[in-house]
Amino acid sequence: MTLPGILSIAVYLGIVFALVKPLGWYMARVYTGKSVGLERILGPLERLYYRILGIHPTAEQSWKSYAAAMLLVNLFGIVALYLLQRFQAILPLNPGSFAAPSPAAAFNVAVSFATNTNWQNYSGETTYSYLVQMIGFTSQNFISAAVGMSVFAALARGLGRQNSPTIGHFWVDLIRSVLYILLPLSIMLAILLVSQGVVQNLNPPVPAQLVEHISDNTGAMVTTQLLPMGPAASQIAIKQLGTNGGGFFNVNSAHPFENPTPLSNILQLLAILLIPAALCYTFGVLVGDPRQGWAILAAMTTIFVVLLAVTIGAEAHGNPRLAALGIDQSATLLQPGGNMEGKELRFGINESALWAVATTAASNGSVNSMHDSYTPIGGMIPLWLMQTGEVIFGGVGSGLYGMLIFVLVTVFIAGLMVGRTPEYLGKKIEGFEMKMASIAILVPAIITLGGAALALGVHAGGFQDSGPHGLSELLYAYASMGNNNGSAFAGFDADTPWHNIVGGLVMLFARYWVALPALAIAGSLAARKQVAEGPGTLPTHTPLFIILLIGVVLIVGALTFVPALMLGPIAEYLMLRS
Amino acid sequence: MNPVTAQLRPAIMALLVLTLITGVIYPLAITGIAQILLPTQANGSLIVAGSQIRGTTLIGQSFTNPAYFWGRPSATSPFPYNAAASAGSNYGPGSSALIDQAQRRMIALHAADPTNTQPIPVDLVTASGSGLDPHISPAAAIYQAERVARARKLDRAQIQALIEAHTEGRWLGIFGEPRVNVLTLNLALDALQ
Repeated sequence: MTLPGILSIAVYLGIVFALVKPLGWYMARVYTGKSVGLERILGPLERLYYRILGIHPTAEQSWKSYAAAMLLVNLFGIVALYLLQRFQAILPLNPGSFAAPSPAAAFNVAVSFATNTNWQNYSGETTYSYLVQMIGFTSQNFISAAVGMSVFAALARGLGRQNSPTIGHFWVDLIRSVLYILLPLSIMLAILLVSQGVVQNLNPPVPAQLVEHISDNTGAMVTTQLLPMGPAASQIAIKQLGTNGGGFFNVNSAHPFENPTPLSNILQLLAILLIPAALCYTFGVLVGDPRQGWAILAAMTTIFVVLLAVTIGAEAHGNPRLAALGIDQSATLLQPGGNMEGKELRFGINESALWAVATTAASNGSVNSMHDSYTPIGGMIPLWLMQTGEVIFGGVGSGLYGMLIFVLVTVFIAGLMVGRTPEYLGKKIEGFEMKMASIAILVPAIITLGGAALALGVHAGGFQDSGPHGLSELLYAYASMGNNNGSAFAGFDADTPWHNIVGGLVMLFARYWVALPALAIAGSLAARKQVAEGPGTLPTHTPLFIILLIGVVLIVGALTFVPALMLGPIAEYLMLRS
Repeated sequence: MNPVTAQLRPAIMALLVLTLITGVIYPLAITGIAQILLPTQANGSLIVAGSQIRGTTLIGQSFTNPAYFWGRPSATSPFPYNAAASAGSNYGPGSSALIDQAQRRMIALHAADPTNTQPIPVDLVTASGSGLDPHISPAAAIYQAERVARARKLDRAQIQALIEAHTEGRWLGIFGEPRVNVLTLNLALDALQ
């Protein structure tokens, strides 16, 4: 690693952690209904929303009612987004005159945006009108992120209260997440991104006269370049803050109009981890003990930093096949060196690899380099981070409720080891909670590996590469959809009826078979009495517990996925060296 | 009412209200603010010469003439640096297509500059993620400087000064990579003569 590389990562992580406490404290006020300072501007809008919905914000919901509300807003969102895509040809704001995507593709994309996956098997600038990008994708970016944050808030309440039949009010959590957290941050980020050159307009593409006339692959003369336009910055801001990840353009944040400078890059990187990291502190406040939140953040950060070092090391080392041709891949003051295929020069190795790890640790899925062209080990880390269930930071809200399920499993295992009833935050963890936790951990693992196995079994195809790298492409696709990440080994052609439909179902399972068990646990624990801490209680804020938690995450992840990784990235690594 | 039907009306209304706020008002408000405060950036950072749009400082163009600096290989279709269809190659690290791409570029570079025996910087033989990368490394510019100077019958020092004028350093000394903007450098070369 280079010195600027080490410094940039230290500064980056330093800023993220400096913001954890203030933002986490602020978000805790949002979820406890306290004043946050924005009510004078946004309060009337919030109250109008309650009137339109016909709800009383102070009346709380049972977990079943909360879950029904969550499922319905997503169901209607999927239907609306599907119809919007299918009718885009006859709707306004379509300067490219794009036709409707196929029913299977529209289904996949609708599910993808509603479940916070934002997996893309299309290229934005040649497929979707500005109307679909705005009222379809941008709004679902907000809603799906707010849904994840709401489910997290409900679970935190369930752990924090006792003898309560309710876990909060979904419609209140939803609007407060949007109005007081996501919207103000998005407005700030969007304007900063425009200042760096991210486009924001409703103009049709602009033709530019090429300096040197060239010929295309049929030999015809090309004299102009068509520069894409559109309302990009507003969508990119929420795509990062809401861990959505769906790009405005095909190549996502590698596109110069989506991420033009090192400053826009670091702002977007901050936005990727900001809310997932700060929610750890929010959690601590909501359960009345900030140390609990710091312990979880420490476990996440430890895994993150180690895996980041592995990825940067692998990419900086370069490609042995290119070294054999005599290409200069050394990092010097005058060049980034390393494995530069699929990477932008302005980001180099360091900030491309940092992004790859951050976007797959958090369930973001945006990319600023092409993961398909990573070295075997460099590409294996993002794949494995998704496979472990998106709990190292994870999606906004969803990452932390996923991690809390791992916390319950850790408490349970530790309890078994010493022969005591496991408890967490004063709540006894019993059979029901463990059944729900098992579902939440097993379902994503089964659909991730099962979806890939099924695709192989029916010869669903889509591979760009043969051999182990092809298997990695397939594993990556189903790990991404099976954990609502959304990034891709993009050489893989997933726009086929099979991958669209099966992948759509995989995304639905991945989202709701973790969210529903989390809400069930919330309901069950909210109703339970808190027991006093005894001498046999395992403290859950200590270094010992952090190590136990890391161990459980790694062992579950390793035991489940290492066999598949051996056949993909590890085999490829050995072949490249030979 | 059972819990599901009780949530039907709020679900439909919430979707409509949130779509209006986040899908209509928010992007239009950002568009308005951007167009007033930052019109150049919001509209693509265009390079305008007279009445003609020559490109943007943010997106590269394809160059094959030895008298121009060449950018990175581009994987866009049907021609390189097609800004209407951004794309990376997505070649895996062991794929033969990746090696072919690098070898084709090496042959072209050597053919245009047969006496140059320096090792070729990796960014000159690898495709960028977007296919639109406007930059090359300073090393890649220096590698080509002699060839451009010869083709244009210019002094090597003059070329070197132009490269330096079009090189941007790391932001705050740590973020990003030092880089040379190929399009603005080539436009500056043309402006010399």
